[in-house]
Parts: sequence; structure tokens; C-alpha cells
Amino acid sequence: MKYLVRAFVLGIVGYAVGVGLTMAIRGGGPTDEVAVVIGYIFALMGWLGGIGGIEAFGRQWVGKSVEVSTARGWRRYFQFSVDHKVIGIQYGVTLLSVLLIGGIAAMIMRVELASPGVGIVDLDDFNKIVSMHGILMVAVAVAGIIGAFGNYIIPIQIGAQDMAFPRLNAIGFWLVPPVAIALLMSPLLGAFNAGWTSYAPLSVTNESGQILFNMAIVTFGMSSILGGINIITTVITMRAPGMTWGRLPIFTWAGLATSVLAFAVTQFFAAAVILITMDRVAGTSFFQPDVGSALLYEHIFWFYSHPAVYIMVLPGFGVILEIVTTFSRKPLFAYKAVVASLFAIVGLSVVVWAHHMFTSGMANFLHGPFMIITEAISIPTGVIFLGILGTLWQGRLWFRTPLVIAFGWLFNFTIGGITGIFLADVATDIHLHDTYFVVAHFHYTIVGGSIFALIAAVFYWFPKITGRMYNEKAGSIFGVWLTVFFNLTFIPLFWAGMNGMNRRIGDYPDAFEGANKFASVSALILGASFLLFVGNLLYSALWGPKVGPNPWNARTLEWLIPSPPPEHNFTSQPVVIGSPYAYGVKGSVHAYFPDANEGDDPGDGSAQNQETVLA
Amino acid sequence: MTTLDTTPEEATAESHGEYHQDMSFQPKANRIGLWLFIVSETFLFGAFLSARWFSTGTLKPEELNQALALLLTIVLLVSSISAYLAETSIKYDHRRNFVLFIVFTIVMGLIFMGGVTIEIKEALHAYPPETPYGTSYFMLIGLHAFHVITGLLALTMVLILGLKGHYGSKQYWGVEGVVKYWHFVDLAWVIIYPTLYLF
Repeated sequence: MKYLVRAFVLGIVGYAVGVGLTMAIRGGGPTDEVAVVIGYIFALMGWLGGIGGIEAFGRQWVGKSVEVSTARGWRRYFQFSVDHKVIGIQYGVTLLSVLLIGGIAAMIMRVELASPGVGIVDLDDFNKIVSMHGILMVAVAVAGIIGAFGNYIIPIQIGAQDMAFPRLNAIGFWLVPPVAIALLMSPLLGAFNAGWTSYAPLSVTNESGQILFNMAIVTFGMSSILGGINIITTVITMRAPGMTWGRLPIFTWAGLATSVLAFAVTQFFAAAVILITMDRVAGTSFFQPDVGSALLYEHIFWFYSHPAVYIMVLPGFGVILEIVTTFSRKPLFAYKAVVASLFAIVGLSVVVWAHHMFTSGMANFLHGPFMIITEAISIPTGVIFLGILGTLWQGRLWFRTPLVIAFGWLFNFTIGGITGIFLADVATDIHLHDTYFVVAHFHYTIVGGSIFALIAAVFYWFPKITGRMYNEKAGSIFGVWLTVFFNLTFIPLFWAGMNGMNRRIGDYPDAFEGANKFASVSALILGASFLLFVGNLLYSALWGPKVGPNPWNARTLEWLIPSPPPEHNFTSQPVVIGSPYAYGVKGSVHAYFPDANEGDDPGDGSAQNQETVLA
Repeated sequence: MTTLDTTPEEATAESHGEYHQDMSFQPKANRIGLWLFIVSETFLFGAFLSARWFSTGTLKPEELNQALALLLTIVLLVSSISAYLAETSIKYDHRRNFVLFIVFTIVMGLIFMGGVTIEIKEALHAYPPETPYGTSYFMLIGLHAFHVITGLLALTMVLILGLKGHYGSKQYWGVEGVVKYWHFVDLAWVIIYPTLYLF
């Protein structure tokens, strides 16, 4: 806790120094945007130094030896820990908390939208709540799976003891709390009402809360890029002997594809908001209507933000494929084609951004190509679906909570994908653009594709991470509850959108009242389901029944070591000799430990888990 | 907290028990990580360069100080050569040459920054940030100057550590990393210079 206190103190001191310096040099008040920007930069440096950057990096820069935390127990979660498992849990807990805060914002929106006219919040506040909900949930979707489980699981799956750059990994996580603090403090400066998309020129002229939004985006972008570089390097260089590319677990492949996207495009969102910041504080005119061009913002922004939806769902594909093959007890269908499709999506996703701009006034000749390339993405996505369905086909399905949620995922993402075609198509998009059809569509893809997968991953790896089993009955009920009421919330919004209900506005014509009431009631019941989710996790983490290494009888490396894993994952070098997914193939082995001592647990779970092992 | 003489990457493996992973991947990982970082930075510069092409195309004012810009380009390119020579020197344990070349590189970098300051002063009068060209000009010059400054700080760090004898033919990753970064900063200028001054 000492370091956390020091981080807060140095952060606040840094902010004061930055603001003070700015006021001394150029005059002006403490809430001037220049002062806030400089203050934020100093505060960020103070925070990172205080949390442990001084010991982990600063000492090296002056030629001293570095120090890393070796704390044990719950304290390490509040420290600059370089253990990838600690960092994974830090990410997971932080982002699940952010998910709940964003969910509360969603509940406020749905209550306001339950009836036409101005209800509990006025229209400008509604826009601010929409923006806050948007950016918090985007952060969860972008970093939820890859931050929490990418960090925790990928190094173990490839047989490594840690990431390639453990200190960088820790910096990547400790950049996240300032993001949350900046976003949640922004109401002090008037919040931001331009949506998470922050379209110029509104974002150049609105209240100063926008500047904190911009700073938060740049910080979060740095975190994503560092994390991406770290995962790519780890997977390339740290695989265990015998872990060839053809034997790489599918979640690791998905994490790798995600990281390639994240490190290559995240800069563009940062660049877009830096340009906005410059327009606001340095007097440039990128987006001023007379000199610059608002279209420029949309191009740069969507060059990140379209690939970003694949940063959100690609790890989701990995999780679902992993779960489906484990719980249907069959080899993964079309493994190579699925891997190729993951990277085909990576390639295609960076050349489709302008399909968000069909009504923006860009040159007409661009519409056709962007429509066709966008629709071409459904081919690799379809191949991945085929992989999932082919694995399920004639499998011995073992219905545990992860598989229940995976089925919900499958249903939702199918609807999300099919409705996407209407939006990729120029003719229908011109009618549907900026309506609730779009809102329903992207909730089906992002919540359906990423958040559902995140929740499935939480249940799937919960016994591995905590060493205890969650309550199966409560988990399954939650899975069904979540799926049913998610659909009841968003199906009516397709109808409302097709009939012309505008998004982002806290008021609507009376004709849409029925659909909106229905959606609001469903949304509140959907929100309530998370009480069961959080309650189940908290209770089970403390008092759930203990489990052995391999409760699912799965075969990837993380299931061959004790639950929870020891500090450096493996007590002896694992050697990989076969596919991780050869379920049902007689005599097949994924990996073994040639140097293991007699007394060591061989880790295949055969001794402890007879009751949960399937034939 | 434990104090370690090795890097924490090695230390985390050593501090624990009988088995630790073979750490021979670390130099390769460092190089891959640095190259990925450089690619990532390239995309950032790409975003700002495309903003320039998108909003103003090749528009440029008459008042540009072409002579100064050409001089600065030469200064920066020469500094890249000396940075390379510094890296090669330390690889072969020529410590004296290493220090000389690093100092030369830093001086070249400082001359460049001085020139940029003069340019910015002129630009504030001739084409301030409110104008279409000035907008792109200040953004790109500012972004690049920021990278030059961080590069100079890193070079200074390498110089101080080098004087303390931290580097040698067996251990020069710090020098290699900083010099590669410096090459990247120069390469970025090689793209920015024609974008702002020539075309």
C-alpha cells in the first residue's frame, strides 16, 4: 500500500507542479486547458514513478541495479508487480469494475428513455452519460479479454515463466488507473458530450471535460500498444521446446492476432485526439470548418476504431473456440483455416474504415470499394463460425456455464453479423445510419461478441485462477438470464431503428414508446443479473469448493499445472509433443515434464479429479 | 523489495527455486520488441503525415527557409553516421571512440534543435498555426522535435553510463537500442523534410 499512497501523492504533486508551471509561464487560471494538459502529463509521470517506476526503471537509467517487488499475498495486487498472473488479475478486477460503472450509466440511459420527453436527466446530461457509457465500455471490450486473460493465460499456454518484458507489462497496467480517474473526474470540468467517437468540430468547441477524455485516450492507447508489443514478442521468443506454430493453442493465436492489430492501429485514435487537443490548446486549425476538415477526423478516428472492433472480438473468438473444443470433447475443427481466418480479419479490418462514413460526404467513388471489402470480412468470420460449429457437431456436449454462455455468444454474434451486412451495404446504410438499428447491431457484436466471451472466459478460467470452483447452478442461471434479457433488450431496438428512431438523443417520438418501454424493463432485469454474477464470483473465490489442476479435463498447458499456478508457473521445463486439441485420440499427449521429480504432481489431474472427469 | 544486479527479467527467473527458464531468448526479444516499437511509432508519424496530405496536399508558402532546412537535414544525417560509429566502437571495446562519437552525435542533435527553434520563430510570423500550412507544419515539427528531445535524453543517459563503464563488447544493448531509436528519428525527418519543404 506504501507504493500506492506514494503514487497518489506524487500524482497530485505532479499535477500541481504542472499547473503551477503553466500558470507561471503563460498566466491564466488553473482550469485553462493548457494547464490541465501539462498538469496531467506531470501527474502521469508522478503516478508511474510513485507506483514503482522509480525502482523498476529509474534506477537503471542512472546505472544502479533495479528493484522489483517480491511481495506475497493480497498486497502484491496493489503494487508494481512484474508477475504476469498478478497483472492479469489486476486488469480483470479493474475492468470488471469499470464494466459495472458503465452498466450503471446504461441503466440511467434506459430509465430516461423509458418514456418520451425529458425524464430524470436533461438532454445535455443525457449526451454526457451516453459518452461516458460509451468510452468506459469500449475500454472494457478492448482490454477486458486481452488484458486480463491474455496476460494471465498466454504465457502459461506457451510454456513460458513470464512475459518477455515483465516491467513493461506492469507499466501497461498501471497506465490504466489514470485513464479511469481522468474519465471519472471529467465532470469537474463539465464532462464531455461528443460521444466516445468525439467527432469534430463539436469536440473542439465543447466543455473542457473533453480535454481529460483526450488525455485518457492517449494514455490508454500507450497501454494497449505496450501490451501488444509485449504479447507479440513473448509468443515469438518464449515458446517451450516443441511448441511449434502448428501446436499453438487457439486462444494464443487469437491473442497474437489481436496484439498485431492493437500495436499497429491504436496510434490513430491517439493521433486523432491529439489533433483535437492541438486545435483546442495550441491554436491549430485541423478541424476548424473554414480552414481544416471534419472529414479528416473521421478518417483518422475510424482507421483505429474500425479495427478496434476486431481488437474486441478476436480474443473473444479465441475464448469461444477454446471453450467449445473443451466442452464438446472433440478436436478443434479446421484449426489451420481458423488461424488463417484470424489473420485474414486482421488484414481486411484496416482497409474498411470508411464504411462508417457513407453519409459523411466523402467522395462517392469510395462507397463501392469500401462496401465490398467490408462484406468480404464475413468470409473469414464465417470460416471461424464454421470452425466452432464443426467442433460442436456430433460432440459430447458437456453443459457447464462456459458452454452455456458460449451458446449465447453464438446466437448473439450471428445476429450481430447478419445485421452488419445491412449497415455495410450503402443503400440500406443511408437509411439506417445513426438510428437505433446501429445501436442494436453493435451491441450484438460487441456485447454479444466480446463481453459474453469475457464472461465465459471468467467462468472457464475461474477455477484455474482462484483454485476454487464457482457455483455451477448460479452460473448457469446467470448465463441463461443474461442471454435472454440481452436479446429482449436489443431486439426491439432494431425495430425502432428501422422506423427511424435517432440514436444519441434522450427524447424520441411517441410512436416508439412501446418498444422503448419494453427495452428499458428488459435492460433493468439484464442489469440485475450482474448482482448474481458478482455475488457468485466473490462468494466462490472465498468459500467455493477447492479444485484440482484440471477440473475441465482440458489439455492446454495451463491445465497441467496446479490451481492456482505457482509463482513461476512451472516447476520444471514443459516439453510439447502434440496438438493441444486431440480430444478422443488414443494415446495423444500435448505436453509432459521430462525433468519432473517423482514426488511432483504430474499435473494431469488424474488423481484429484475423478468426479469431474469425463470419459 | 530485493536489490538485483541483473535485470528483473533474469532475476524473476533466478529468485525462485530450482528450475528457471533458459533466458537466451532475451537479446532476441529485446530486438524484436524495439523493432515493433519503431514500427508502431512509424504508424503514428504516418497518421500525422496523412493529416498533412489530406488537409493541405502539397501546399507550401513562399517564406520557407530552404537553406536552413537543408542544413539541418545534413546535420541530422551526419549525426546518424556518428551514432552508428559509436555503436560499432563499443562493440569492439573502443571506449574512447565510443565516447567521442556519442558526444558528437549529441552536439549534432543540439545544433538541430537550435535550428528548429529558429525555424519555429520565423514560422510564428510567416505562417502561424491558424493557417492551413502552419497547422500541419507545427504538428509535424512539434512531434519530431519531441522525439529528438527524448532521443537526446537517451543519448545523454547512454553517455553517462558509458563513462561509468557500463558498456562493453559483451553488453551493449543499451547503446544499440538508443542508436536504433536515433536512426528512426533521423529517418522520420527524411520523410517529414520533403513533405513540408520540397513537394
